[in-house]
Amino acid sequence: MADVTIDAPTEPTEGDGTPYDPAAHGGVPESQLRDHGIGHAADGHVIHHTSTGLSNTKLAMWLFLGSECLLFGGLISTYMLYRNRHSENLGPDQLWDIPFTSASSFVLLMSSLTMVLAVSAAGRKDERNTRLWLTVTALLGGLFIAGQVYEFTTFYREGLGYTTSLFSSSFYTLTGFHGVHVSVGIIMLISLMAMLGKDKVHGDKAETVEMVGLYWHFVDIVWIVIFTLVYLIPA
Amino acid sequence: MVIIERPADSTAVAVPAVTASSTYGYLRRPVQTTGWRAWAFSVDHKKIGIMYGVAAMAFFLIGGIEAGLIRLQLAQPDGTILSAEKYNQMFTMHATTMVFLFVMPMAAAFANFLLPLQIGARDVAFPRLNALSLWVFLFGGIFINSSWILGGAADGGWFMYAPNSAVPYSPTNGIDFWVLGLLITGIASLASAVNLIVTVLNMRAPGMTLMRMPIFTWMALVVQFLLLFAMPVITVALFLLMFQRNFGATFFSVEAGADPLLWQHLFWIFGHPEVYILVLPSFGIISEVLPVFSRKPLFGYPFVVFSGAAIGFVGWGVWAHHMFASGLGPVSVAVFSVATMAIAVPTGVKIVNWTLTLWGGKLRFTTAMLFAVGLIVEFTVGGLSGVTHAVAPSDTQQTDTYYIVAHFHYVLFGGAVLGLFAGMYYWWPKAFGRMLSERLGKWNFWLMIIGMNLTFGPMHILGLQGQPRRMYVWTDYRAGEGFFNGALWNMVATIGTVILTIGVIVFLVNVWVSRKHPPAPADPWDARSLEWLTTSPPKEHNFDRTPTVHALDEFFHRKYEDVGEGDQHEYVQRMTGEQVIAEEEANADAHIHLPAPSYWPIVLAFGLPVMAYGVLYNVLLIAAGAAIVLMAVYGWLLEGADAHETDYDPPADGGDSSKELVASG
Repeated sequence: MADVTIDAPTEPTEGDGTPYDPAAHGGVPESQLRDHGIGHAADGHVIHHTSTGLSNTKLAMWLFLGSECLLFGGLISTYMLYRNRHSENLGPDQLWDIPFTSASSFVLLMSSLTMVLAVSAAGRKDERNTRLWLTVTALLGGLFIAGQVYEFTTFYREGLGYTTSLFSSSFYTLTGFHGVHVSVGIIMLISLMAMLGKDKVHGDKAETVEMVGLYWHFVDIVWIVIFTLVYLIPA
Repeated sequence: MVIIERPADSTAVAVPAVTASSTYGYLRRPVQTTGWRAWAFSVDHKKIGIMYGVAAMAFFLIGGIEAGLIRLQLAQPDGTILSAEKYNQMFTMHATTMVFLFVMPMAAAFANFLLPLQIGARDVAFPRLNALSLWVFLFGGIFINSSWILGGAADGGWFMYAPNSAVPYSPTNGIDFWVLGLLITGIASLASAVNLIVTVLNMRAPGMTLMRMPIFTWMALVVQFLLLFAMPVITVALFLLMFQRNFGATFFSVEAGADPLLWQHLFWIFGHPEVYILVLPSFGIISEVLPVFSRKPLFGYPFVVFSGAAIGFVGWGVWAHHMFASGLGPVSVAVFSVATMAIAVPTGVKIVNWTLTLWGGKLRFTTAMLFAVGLIVEFTVGGLSGVTHAVAPSDTQQTDTYYIVAHFHYVLFGGAVLGLFAGMYYWWPKAFGRMLSERLGKWNFWLMIIGMNLTFGPMHILGLQGQPRRMYVWTDYRAGEGFFNGALWNMVATIGTVILTIGVIVFLVNVWVSRKHPPAPADPWDARSLEWLTTSPPKEHNFDRTPTVHALDEFFHRKYEDVGEGDQHEYVQRMTGEQVIAEEEANADAHIHLPAPSYWPIVLAFGLPVMAYGVLYNVLLIAAGAAIVLMAVYGWLLEGADAHETDYDPPADGGDSSKELVASG
């Protein structure tokens, strides 16, 4: 079905009944006006044409992620300000286990690859592979979080509590906020899989998968920045 | 609520009552069309806008009472009405309430009500998210104010400088309430920013290009971008303060080696854009009001648009002018000093444009127009004293004196609040279908304008004479002599507050008596923009026919024809506003698709203060609040934004031409 549910707007007329001429009123000709209306896609879903051509959800997700940049910007700035304010023997040089964190960073980066595969499968309406790759992504995300829990536990055993120093507070706050974001992403992935399985996803399924993907990639990119600034650059 | 209706055939279509029949999410959809349920579960942007306005007005009265107590305390030397502790709470909560719970939500009320109407849309992009913003703001505001009866309110000043906000200096729960409450209302601002930006960018009617958008829509769009990027910064600051106060971190403790300026930077990177968040909506409002009552198009529309956008950009580069007295060093001070002078330029451009809109116009001094002209005058006074702060050596003298208080009340009361009142008088018939009394309106205006100048004008003198802000008493011994006698001007300021209060009461009386007024004409002001291209109050679906836009000031150009030659414009009326609207009704769209109401926004919003009380009192409450939030999130997801045929009984089968449900995703 490709019929349009809203009738084409009737043209306004000039006072004497002749067709309204926009050019006479300082406007552009009708032919240059953007198409606007509500139509049906092949599968019966109502499609809202948008002024920019971008879907509302996608635009909203990009805006939200833009806002998130400032959130992590503030947290990273706080860490950079305080990263040298610690006691002699409990600083990054004594604590960091670069090979371990590199491995867990690699796991998180690979989860972006599997997320791309899930989005691609969803685009092909390949439900089985979509769910497979979403599962793998969630598992890799879980592995990263497990790595973070292990790392935090190790640091704590070595004496680095949350309130030990300004360095420790700002480190745990920054990486903790990132960990919460990854965890929320995992919950989103699991919920998405469950809802796909029961056919409970409203609207465009491929786009919903892509939205979760956007969020997931953002969280990954933030980790690249954190890993570089916090772990790789010497204090 | 009517989900779908077809208004084509008759003016009043009787829609059969629909009842929920199946379960989506966990609950059946709300379907009430009357009573409190029709409001509590509504996703209609107009109802949400009105509720935003009512809530903001209630907080305005609370903030006003706080201001009145402050002025009574300071009327006489060695005031005894408030203790030092209560006085600290009073000025902190006065500012917090007026900024976060009055001006911001009142601007949101206008944006919610008007944006879809001004761009020719049926609703916002995410109607349920819109309802969520409203309820989160309202519950957050109530949460902050509940601190008054739970051990005392926050007492650190609205910018809550560290380390003064740390536990040793403020051991009550007041600041914790403030931190958690602002985190909650921040969620509302962020959600609403995303929602309204998408609405403006994506849901414009055909032909509504960006440079044909009404100027209020433009200014609201700039404000939403400021909110989008400012809210996360204050969120970081609030979290750090919460972790310091509740979990023993030392982010702002000097004795632990911390840098208390970190708080100031984070706060003002949010706080200065916040100033424009407060004032730009009012700039937008008067840019609508002035042309209508001057019978001229806005002078230099593109300049007003781009100067608004320029303020939005430069507003990010001036925050440290709030910190000149903190020892930033000469380079920073010089840079921020110059940037602050620079931002006066686009603001000045706007004032020139408004003045030239008036120039040569056929002026009608309605109440809305008086408030708009009042804004130009009073905001200019505040803007000029603002430039004196940009000069760092002069600012060092003025910092923490009443001169600063005078300045920001001229820009916030004289700018933001007068603009909001102009908007209320102008759009009241649009929102409620009744006019406010012009006679009472003029009393309202003159009492408020005289009251504000008597209240805030003397504060310039008091400040330059050295009266510090945030001091709960002043002494006669140091009040000075003659014209500069502090006792005289403190008394004048308090008398001004009384006059101002009477002005606000006149407004409330005006609102109260307006409910008995006859219905307002459809186009009472001979307006110019798209929100008037429909009935007042607008129908639930806003426009019978999706408007096609051909020009800036579309509604005006549909009413008037330019018969002038060349550059000489001469407009003759070819239709009245009523006739234009009647033409739209006669050509109504056949299928109109509206979002369905939902329980989940208000439920989700309710979970947040429960969690916040949990942080302060009992961990179990956090779990309970989180459970409510999670339940609401999943109910929200499973339910979907649009109603399904099977949501209602009887299911729509196409048999009834007046009601048609469109299945959608």
